[in-house]
Amino acid sequence: MSVWDKIFNFDNYGELVALLHNSILAGAVLGLVGGLIGVFVMMRDLTFAVHGISELSFAGASLALLVGVNVVVGSVFGSLLAALVIGLLGVRARERSSIIGVLMPFGLGLGVLFLSLYPGRSANKFGLLTGQIVAVDDPQLVWLGSISVVVLLALAVIWRPLVFASVDPDIAASRGVPVRALSPVFMLVLGLTVAMAIQVVGALLVLSLLVTPAAAAMRVTASALWVPVLSVVFAMASTVGGILLALGGSIPISPYITTVSFAIWVVCRLLGSARARRGWSRRGAAAPGEAHVGVGDPVVSG
Amino acid sequence: MTEQATVGISSATSAAGASGSGDPTAPALRLRGAGLGFGRRILWRDLNLSVEPGEFVAVLGSNGSGKSSLLRAVLGEVPLTSGAGWILGRPLGRRGTEVGYVPQRIAIDAATMIKARDVVRLGLDGHRWGVPVSFGARRRVVRARIDELLDSVGAADFGDAPVSMLSGGELQRVRVAAALAGDPSLLLCDEPLAALDLRHQQDIAALIDRQRRATGTAVLFVTHDINPVLPYVDQVLYLAAGRFRLGPPDEVLTSQGLTELYGAPVDVLSAHGRIIVVPSVEGTIGHQSHDDHAGLNLGERR
Repeated sequence: MSVWDKIFNFDNYGELVALLHNSILAGAVLGLVGGLIGVFVMMRDLTFAVHGISELSFAGASLALLVGVNVVVGSVFGSLLAALVIGLLGVRARERSSIIGVLMPFGLGLGVLFLSLYPGRSANKFGLLTGQIVAVDDPQLVWLGSISVVVLLALAVIWRPLVFASVDPDIAASRGVPVRALSPVFMLVLGLTVAMAIQVVGALLVLSLLVTPAAAAMRVTASALWVPVLSVVFAMASTVGGILLALGGSIPISPYITTVSFAIWVVCRLLGSARARRGWSRRGAAAPGEAHVGVGDPVVSG
Repeated sequence: MTEQATVGISSATSAAGASGSGDPTAPALRLRGAGLGFGRRILWRDLNLSVEPGEFVAVLGSNGSGKSSLLRAVLGEVPLTSGAGWILGRPLGRRGTEVGYVPQRIAIDAATMIKARDVVRLGLDGHRWGVPVSFGARRRVVRARIDELLDSVGAADFGDAPVSMLSGGELQRVRVAAALAGDPSLLLCDEPLAALDLRHQQDIAALIDRQRRATGTAVLFVTHDINPVLPYVDQVLYLAAGRFRLGPPDEVLTSQGLTELYGAPVDVLSAHGRIIVVPSVEGTIGHQSHDDHAGLNLGERR
């Protein structure tokens, strides 16, 4: 069996797809939720927090594996704990970074400890870190589905004020948006999403679903509608596409997902810089001396 | 007519009797015996201020005299140390949507991709729960209103540009449009002209003046240079050395008035319709107020 066959193998593909439709479904749901959450992760500059939460979520999942309870429950527990700590202690960006820096290795260490104590098959252990394709059974799918519904409902309610609070906390507060309350609420929603993502891509690669698609979308559009739409499309393409590519191979699922999502980002980045050179807006020549835009205007970049 | 500190605090609190929603017949902003300090340092106290609808009040003073803190207190971000205040008869600190706010720091994080028109839209309905998706007639109404606002600040040309690609002057116009979007009864401006060149200072000042005349918005305008807004100002609140002086500009901005306020000889010069405040003895103002010399540059062109 050559290296290539290990990576791509499409023998009996139809049967495999049928067999693993749970995983594909989970991937699609995850793409939807991750793509939407990613928009706010970018807006609120929480990339590092996502990584921190995922390590504690990993610890929770490994503990669950060790004591023999549902792994999703374990990772949700770890996630929420981390989200709560980061949300409560790390209000300012600088504090947040240091708290995450402290939590992350601790979580990872705990996870490694629990996994070493776990007597079961090593594939299960590895899967929590790097993702696994056959892990999603029916009860887990129900869990993932329920969590997604909670996350999507929460987002549907808080979307607009959350955008306001993320873009412009001071002004949002002056307009009566509960900026301080929204922050922990979003951290909890983020924690739930991370716990879900870990089931499919693993703790180390959560960022590829919660950050990369949104970052890619923001390279090509600034539209309040198209950023989330594209982000979801990119995230879904990464998960579902990655799973479909990974089906026949014998290696974990995550390299496929991360590579697809990275490739999308590279393309978007190129498109974005091409667009920036051409100029983004339709303001055309932004004529100096025109009625409103005064003479003496500073030169407009972009 | 220059007011000085007298009013007792107890009467102010008993006059509170305010309910949750704003009373349109009440002054846009009223402060009674208001004081603010941090620890032993008192910024100002016994401040009585009544801003009627459509009135333009400029707040002057050197750095650290409590100008911005006054706005933060009005916004309810810091509680008054003494006294009380109301916005449209509603006690400070209760959330409401009748306040527009143009902050000092105008930058929006460059990583956040958002169009200028969407920033204005946040000012319009960003505080409402839910998802900012509207259809049909409602969509056209929102769109028309945003276009109108962008047009009124001369920002129509770059409404579709991402804010990260706007110059300081352009972004500040968008900020003003967003602050005016909610049709506020009280507009709080924290040095909105500081980052702008002279031409744009005049444009933005005239724009705010037009708005308050058209809609009766009261304006509380913090600035360290009164000259761009001098033609529009009804009252000046001059903060210095823990004291203040309040009244029409030609009564407050006099050599005698400011000499009393600073407790040191100060000359107010008027040339070509511009006002310049200079200390008669080098450094007195700075030493009196324990401040840098920003207060001296009251009328200097930057």
